[in-house]
Amino acid sequence: MEDFTPFSALIGGALIGVSATLFLWANGRIAGISGILGGLIFAPKSEFTWRLLFLLGLLSAMVTYMLLSGGAPDIQIQSTPVVTILAGLFVGFGTRMGSGCTSGHGICGIARFSKRSFSATAVFMLTGFITVYVSRHLLGLGL
Amino acid sequence: MSEKNNKLIPLFSFASGLLFGLGLIISGMINPGKVIGFLDLAGNWDPSLALVMIGGLAITTPAFRLVLKREQPLFESKFFLPGKLDIDKNLLSGAALFGIGWGLAGLCPGPALTGLASLNPTVLLFVAAMIGGMILHYITLERS
Repeated sequence: MEDFTPFSALIGGALIGVSATLFLWANGRIAGISGILGGLIFAPKSEFTWRLLFLLGLLSAMVTYMLLSGGAPDIQIQSTPVVTILAGLFVGFGTRMGSGCTSGHGICGIARFSKRSFSATAVFMLTGFITVYVSRHLLGLGL
Repeated sequence: MSEKNNKLIPLFSFASGLLFGLGLIISGMINPGKVIGFLDLAGNWDPSLALVMIGGLAITTPAFRLVLKREQPLFESKFFLPGKLDIDKNLLSGAALFGIGWGLAGLCPGPALTGLASLNPTVLLFVAAMIGGMILHYITLERS
């Protein structure tokens, strides 16, 4: 447990909560990242600008952090290129099929006491735990 | 309340994205090592990311209640909330597949998109594959 970082986790989580609240209050929408990205590809043109600007906001967060701290945050890669591609395909396909990801279901949906989001969050947490157990401890796929 | 200033929607979208991304970076969600550390119950378990969710929900649970008491949001004429209410096969299978991908690389959509700006090649590869997965879903299941 030497990696436990409770304060930055809570503060970062609260910032995500403030962002999702601001977004719902101002624009009336759920800050679900897979939905915002998916809509950028598949939704009508009229929905394009705000989605693109939300994503530009995400990118600007990284740029801002790098300018202020003088470097990128820790991004410790855990997968080989082949496993990364497989993971990306699963995440892209699964979030479209399941109507959301960690943000839309885990942060926004649960806050609205949505039964669908409770179920989805329980399921992706469970398969996440199982996948890490199988891939790291049984198959030795980790880096 | 009928005249809405739609010009402010892009600005508030950008601001929300910026705050969201900073939250992902500060919390450590941006780091696949941290995510795998949380999902690895049988290893050297790092519970930090549970606190990201708790911190987020501590804000959204009361604040969403207040916001949704309003008749409409600030710059739109209505709230756009998900219409589906029933727990169906697609929801559960999709969430299961998402969890598998999340566990394989330690990346989910928010951190992956935010991480793009660091130009990390694995993150770039992941985002390309993720968009590929979304298109694959569209081709196989949505376009009928």
